[in-house]
Amino acid sequence: MAQDDHSGADLAVADSSHAAHEPAVSPGTAIVASDGFQNPGFPPHRPRVTDEDPKREKRASRTVYTLFYLSIVGSVWAVAAYMLFPIESNDVGAVRLNNMFIGLGATLALLGLGFGIVHWGKSIMADVELADERHPIGGSPETQAAAVKVFTDADRESGFTRRSVIRNSLIGALIAFPLPAVVLFRGFAPQDQLPVELLSHTMWAKGTRLTLDPSGVPIKAADITIGSAFHVIPEGLAELEHGRLEEKAKAAVLLMRLEPSELNQAPDRESWSYDGIVAYSKICTHVGCPVALYEQHTHHLLCPCHQSQFDVANHCEVIFGPAKRPLPQLPIAVDDEGYLIAQSDFNEPVGPSFWERS
Amino acid sequence: MNRSKRRTGRRHPLATVALLALGLVFTGGAYAALSTGTAQAEAEPTSQATIEEGKKLFQANCATCHGLEAQGTANGPSLIGVGAAAVDFQVGTGRMPMQMQGPQAQQKPPQFEDEQVKQLAYYVASLGPGPDIPADHLVNGGGDAANGAELFRINCAMCHNVAGAGGALTEGKFAPPLTDVSGVHIYEAMVTGPQNMPVFNDLNISPEDKRDVITYLKYVQDNRSPGGFELGSLGPVAEGLFIWIFGLGAIVAITVWITAKSN
Repeated sequence: MAQDDHSGADLAVADSSHAAHEPAVSPGTAIVASDGFQNPGFPPHRPRVTDEDPKREKRASRTVYTLFYLSIVGSVWAVAAYMLFPIESNDVGAVRLNNMFIGLGATLALLGLGFGIVHWGKSIMADVELADERHPIGGSPETQAAAVKVFTDADRESGFTRRSVIRNSLIGALIAFPLPAVVLFRGFAPQDQLPVELLSHTMWAKGTRLTLDPSGVPIKAADITIGSAFHVIPEGLAELEHGRLEEKAKAAVLLMRLEPSELNQAPDRESWSYDGIVAYSKICTHVGCPVALYEQHTHHLLCPCHQSQFDVANHCEVIFGPAKRPLPQLPIAVDDEGYLIAQSDFNEPVGPSFWERS
Repeated sequence: MNRSKRRTGRRHPLATVALLALGLVFTGGAYAALSTGTAQAEAEPTSQATIEEGKKLFQANCATCHGLEAQGTANGPSLIGVGAAAVDFQVGTGRMPMQMQGPQAQQKPPQFEDEQVKQLAYYVASLGPGPDIPADHLVNGGGDAANGAELFRINCAMCHNVAGAGGALTEGKFAPPLTDVSGVHIYEAMVTGPQNMPVFNDLNISPEDKRDVITYLKYVQDNRSPGGFELGSLGPVAEGLFIWIFGLGAIVAITVWITAKSN
């Protein structure tokens, strides 16, 4: 039978020596542990039913080739399923049947192969106990010396240590080589625009009307009844041709109306709301998920990603979860026609922290 | 004296009466034409008998918490001005009468017949103006499912899950699944904002848009998921749990079988 170079020889050594293994030092100069590990050798060989009963062996071999035939059936079925259940355009149901039946065929093919091979190995192939000893990790002293000699010879012949200018300039070149790839990452940022500027400002500006997401219809203060939550985008975002999603990802706002008596506002921010109507950035300050799970009676805003909770009645301060900063508030006012407008952009960058955020 | 001129200048004595009658007929006719558009099936909203029946039901079943005149107590809010839609939703889905005070009223089998629910609703509606029970053409699912899906993703999906399977909120509250809710109740919930759900009034989501949202939810209810087993449509939590238990379980079982000694 097939064996690798070591197993048989090592096994023979282990078997013959374990009983006669005695310490090679005289008593008194070393401590011999009385409970030291003894090689127990192999457990007694237990023949399998397939070794003893030819009927059982026949049955096992039948099982194995049946599994292989099943595998062939699975492969053929997968090919047939590809033709029998074509993916028609505009029919998602066809995708389901196509995927399911090809998948079932491929599963049968692979499982039939795998189970067949393992069953063959376990119940029919020769059953002999073997110990496959580990190779020694270190090489022989001669191999080690030869390896060291290769290195010292190479160093002497190339002058790697002696010619330090050449060596150091090589190291410098190797360090400089990957730098262009790192610098090229800047190309992922928008052209001609500073990423820090982009992260710090949104589409909101003085006088921008608050409009409904997705229609872009402007909102009047009188439209918002108490307990309402409006999903808001800045005026003009719905018509943007380029970068609409990028702008929306920064400028999305949730507009809510509370009983004015339930709002606890800081004196310097009282002018940021209008008769109980408040507008807050929808972008979580933790990692930027949209926070919009608003509870109208508890005034809690819940972020669905990591369960940060913000208290709308108290300037969206964090009351639970991993977020560290309150949601930025959009200062709002009402124009001559009764429409809600922004007083300015957000007074701080929205969303999660970044390196240059002050 | 120019009698003939006076006669032509004067109207007939009965002209005022005729004009009044004409005006009344027009107003009445217009009112009748408009009100038939939103008329309800069984209980007549305007009938005094309906309101009287509703008042009796209210005082026997709801007054403990909401007060004898629905003015509210320490245990329950005032119902003046909540409208028929709020009552039809809360009582019609079995949330009211409430079993006990808790984070949120639980849904249970409705405690009243449909007609009794309507009587209660119109009694409460008679106390102050509020949203009415929606007309049938707004809730039968005959709108634009694609537009409804977009509105649902923007306004509803963060709490109710994109497939309407529901989800958790803070401190024991939750957004219930919408997979088995009637169109009328979905509409009423949007208009009235029950429990902690925000209000979505007609200026935020117009009645036609609400119809589209209901159409989308009906579409999701009626069409099986193209991806096979939904596992409750709960997303990565349910799918992760499934694959960790059954996928890894199968791998562990196969590993044990491969390494076990054959008998």
